[in-house]
Amino acid sequence: MTRELITGNAAAAWGARLARADYLPAFPITPQTEIIETIARWSGEGVMDCRMVMMESEHSMITAAGAAAATGVRVYTATSSQGLLYGMEMLYTVAGWRAPFVMANVSRGLAAPITLESDHNDILAARDSGFLQIHCATCQEVLDVTLMAYRLAEDRRVRLPVIVNLDGFYLSFTREPVNIPGQDAVDAFLPAFDPGPATFRAGHPVSQAVAVLGGAPYSYFRYETALAAQAALDVYAAIGADFFARFGRRHGALERYRCEDAEIVFFMMGSFSTKAKEAVDRMREDGVPVGLLRLCMLRPFPTELLRSALTGKRAVAVIDQNLSMGKGGILHTEITSALYGYRNAPPIVTSFVGGLGGRDISIEEFFEIAAINRRASETGEIPPPRLLYTDTELREIRKLQAIAHVERQEEIVP
Amino acid sequence: MYRIRFHGRGGQGMKTASRILGTAFFIEGFEVQDAQRYGAERRGAPIFAYVRADRTAIHERGVIGRPDLVVVADDTLVPVSAAGVMQGIGPDTVLLIDSAESEKTWRERLNLQGPILVLPRLIPLEPSEMAYVGTECAAAAACLTGIISLASVRQAVQQELAYMKAGVVDRNVEIASGAFARMAAHSGIVQEGGTTSHHDRTVPSWVDLPADDIGESSPAIYGAATSVAVRTGLWRSMRPVVDTSRCNRCTWICGSFCPDSAIARGSEGYPQIDLDHCKGCMICVAQCPPHAIVAIPEAEAVAQEKEGAAS
Ligand code: SF4
Ligand code: SF4
Repeated sequence: MTRELITGNAAAAWGARLARADYLPAFPITPQTEIIETIARWSGEGVMDCRMVMMESEHSMITAAGAAAATGVRVYTATSSQGLLYGMEMLYTVAGWRAPFVMANVSRGLAAPITLESDHNDILAARDSGFLQIHCATCQEVLDVTLMAYRLAEDRRVRLPVIVNLDGFYLSFTREPVNIPGQDAVDAFLPAFDPGPATFRAGHPVSQAVAVLGGAPYSYFRYETALAAQAALDVYAAIGADFFARFGRRHGALERYRCEDAEIVFFMMGSFSTKAKEAVDRMREDGVPVGLLRLCMLRPFPTELLRSALTGKRAVAVIDQNLSMGKGGILHTEITSALYGYRNAPPIVTSFVGGLGGRDISIEEFFEIAAINRRASETGEIPPPRLLYTDTELREIRKLQAIAHVERQEEIVP
Repeated sequence: MYRIRFHGRGGQGMKTASRILGTAFFIEGFEVQDAQRYGAERRGAPIFAYVRADRTAIHERGVIGRPDLVVVADDTLVPVSAAGVMQGIGPDTVLLIDSAESEKTWRERLNLQGPILVLPRLIPLEPSEMAYVGTECAAAAACLTGIISLASVRQAVQQELAYMKAGVVDRNVEIASGAFARMAAHSGIVQEGGTTSHHDRTVPSWVDLPADDIGESSPAIYGAATSVAVRTGLWRSMRPVVDTSRCNRCTWICGSFCPDSAIARGSEGYPQIDLDHCKGCMICVAQCPPHAIVAIPEAEAVAQEKEGAAS
């Protein structure tokens, strides 16, 4: 084991390398490219024994990944944003094949307007595809969870592909100290993929992923997939326990930070949650009882864990780095649906949307979100959803709009 | 926690600077986070990188709002507001500028309360050594913290540049050692910043976005040629100059390669470089078949112009 400063992208590549991925169909896209560049370099140097193939698009890349995984080969691939959406048809398809592999998604906001920076609308668009989804908050988690994701995907009770999400820039291009486990330790944790009866070889079975006529067989296969996804919760908990025993780091479907005696809880996903930890620590110093609940696994959704973690809390502040047009924050919808009808649910669940397209969330904003929730829990009135956007930011956009409409002026002022 | 920001231009090695400093802190036993911000991702464009170092795990992320040290590798960036050099500079922030001008000049210009230091360049760098500026800045910054040894800096340079040729690495180690030594008088001037207090917090000034008319609220640009108003010429640290005695007047070559369309065909068929928009990428210098375009440091070119105007 070594402890090194590496980026989230390098941590993802290390995950694939230590998992001994055999086959890597790839297609570049910012901010993911460093992952495949790193693996390509290792492959060229001969330190990683794998077959890497540059595909002509993400659509083909995901098809190739699913097809190879169906033959019992261990597959890794990675994408981001527009690329993930371009491969969307095949996301649903290969999950339906029950082909297990791991794909990194380096979160980046979606066009239009086009951006390179991070938010979660890309990955959330894949929410219902049948891929399981794990969201990381640190570079260490990216490496660890990639290894755990293989065990999860390949488990016979699950047998589904898994997306490991890391935020663009905030993790992808950020170096942090990461423990890189030794190959032997990883081999003991993650043995070679044994596909069992579900393998596809030339002519065996004769047809893979057949068409069905009629709703009953279709419903059967779809629901089997849903049951497998549900089963992944318990399987992941067991994998997490084994990982902790071997490596001393705990990763589960939910992370609780100073939650036990908290009255107000931030609820969010991804790397911005470490910012929330900083805010929690500062507020605790000032005697404010706040905590953080981080959703690490979005699919399957850990409803029971969430309910028990929030039992008796006075308010939950949901911070969404995404936006469903005409509805609002997606996590807010997810959590309220999980809490509705639960007797001990917190009475106040508020909605905040921030961090779109990499827009930072300041510590003062976390402080204010907590203050709003405190007031709401006293009055019992839930405030309307709030976009985190300051008057300075609005002034800046007004300036840009003035430039964009400059044709009204006679001449461009240099 | 130490919070340090590097500002420079694409090609000056700011990412390398943040990594050398980050690794040096790491060697000294600190928890570290370093990152670079890509914007235009083009040579000459303003870019920045940053380093956080602390004795416990770091939870903060993203751009550093309240830096303890700001290192400026290219002094022409200071007045460019989009570069954000001055952002969050407080009375305790140390500003280190790689500049030919004096500390006194900068103090008068910027009117800052905090200490301003100038990093004089003792080893003159060749134009091809532009990327070494990053190494120089990293070593100077390390010295200013007072808690990083020269040995750690040298090791960090070797580690971060391991992929380069031995000669290049040695030259960088030499440059780093020189910069470290030149800052010795100020060792320890940069102090660790504290945390943001919840007790004395400022409330963010959030606004409710109005639902604007579609004419305003779609991401479209109606004004023509707005890019003309953006003087990318300010990005230039090297200036291309055409030697007409060697030039073959084949401007379709240099003119086609210029990524900013800054080369036009002039009256006698010689290339005419639009210095308001030439960003100094030196692609034309590399492409010109008879080597008729030379590169001279922008600062020298400006000085020559001033002299010309005076005489
Ligand atoms: S490519 Fe060189 S020789 Fe040709 S026109 Fe340009 S400067 Fe002159
Ligand atoms: S004129 Fe030359 S140096 Fe200037 S932008 Fe064009 S190619 Fe680059």
